[in-house]
Amino acid sequence: MITRRELLKNTVRVIGGIALPLSAFRIITAEEVLAANNDGTKVRWVFLVDTYKCVGCGMCVKACKKENEIPWDANVTRTWVERYVHTKDGKVYADTPKGARDGFTTTKIDLGMGEYKDIKKEDIERAFFVPKLCNQCEKPPCVQVCPVGATYQVPDGVVLVDRSWCIGCGYCIMACPYGVRFFHPVYHVAEKCNFCYHRITKGMKTACVSACPFGARKIGNIKDLNDPVTKIIMTERVGILKEEYGTKPQNYYIGLSEEVK
Amino acid sequence: MKSHVLRPLWVVLALVAVVLLFRVFYVPQNFGIGKRGYMYGWHREANVEDWKNFKVKYNGSSEFCNNCHPDKYESVMKTPHAIIICEDCHGPAIDHPVDPPKLTIDKSRGLCLRCHTYLAYPTSGRADIRGIDPAEHNPDMECVMCHNPHNPMEGLR
Repeated sequence: MITRRELLKNTVRVIGGIALPLSAFRIITAEEVLAANNDGTKVRWVFLVDTYKCVGCGMCVKACKKENEIPWDANVTRTWVERYVHTKDGKVYADTPKGARDGFTTTKIDLGMGEYKDIKKEDIERAFFVPKLCNQCEKPPCVQVCPVGATYQVPDGVVLVDRSWCIGCGYCIMACPYGVRFFHPVYHVAEKCNFCYHRITKGMKTACVSACPFGARKIGNIKDLNDPVTKIIMTERVGILKEEYGTKPQNYYIGLSEEVK
Repeated sequence: MKSHVLRPLWVVLALVAVVLLFRVFYVPQNFGIGKRGYMYGWHREANVEDWKNFKVKYNGSSEFCNNCHPDKYESVMKTPHAIIICEDCHGPAIDHPVDPPKLTIDKSRGLCLRCHTYLAYPTSGRADIRGIDPAEHNPDMECVMCHNPHNPMEGLR
């Protein structure tokens, strides 16, 4: 037979026992996580692309080529725009003529080898443009494979190439899952997008971001919680490219769909 | 042990010494492990500055142009073309008006067609832009002969 005294005692014990571990749970703010994981740097550059806004004008490619002295007529570019067209019979066509240096000025899809396919308006189910550039991965495979230390990552996340140190072995070009690296036709060394490092370190936007009339491209600092780009990445549905490679790419895409690789 | 057995060893050691000596002179002082560790930060430190000092070519904003060309700036800002920075058509102008004193304006048909070739692409902003079929719409003429890019809504010239 339980006494009144025992009942009260046990009740207090049980409530106390439950309440104690519950007090260990608390809501941790993003600021606290950031402070705990801080490696001493205040900047981590990231890129945000809105594929709904992109119209495929290619102004970004033009500006990038001029800003970064990439030969105009050589078939290489630091950034490019891809076009994806889904037809109603379930097929997907994709092209990027000259990296969209001159934009997309025809309905004909460039199939390569001089072949083109004109897709009629009524056959299109959905179609869109996807700008591409270096993802400045948190774990860049291109840097891991460099045998001489010519390519490296700056603490703010940007991967750079040392033109005077690169021996042109091409390992990094093969290692990049996103195909953003190429040989510079003039310097004969590995070349890649570096988020216009000379501009972002001066407080400017990259050439492609400035040139984009539609706001499809944005660059931001993900360690600054008041940065509009950081806010979008934290609150909206964004995707990254080739997540399965484990490279932790830092370009975030709004409106990404599975056929975009 | 006989000396002729050891002789190749001396040769190898000498080669190693030569390589190490060469390395001391050839590798820059600031080459080493950066802040990102051995795997990602193995580099020549001075190269970061090299990239920071790369020549900037685009102002990246139309505000710079407004300093000297407020009439042009104000007129274009009232039109849908306000979203396009001046340098997209007028070319990079960081050192203008010193170098070059006069910018080379891209007045080509191709520049307009980048946006104004009509592509009926649902789920893309492109379908919302008024556009033409370049093969049908005066294929031999430059757009600027009839349209004013600074005020595209004013009607034909």
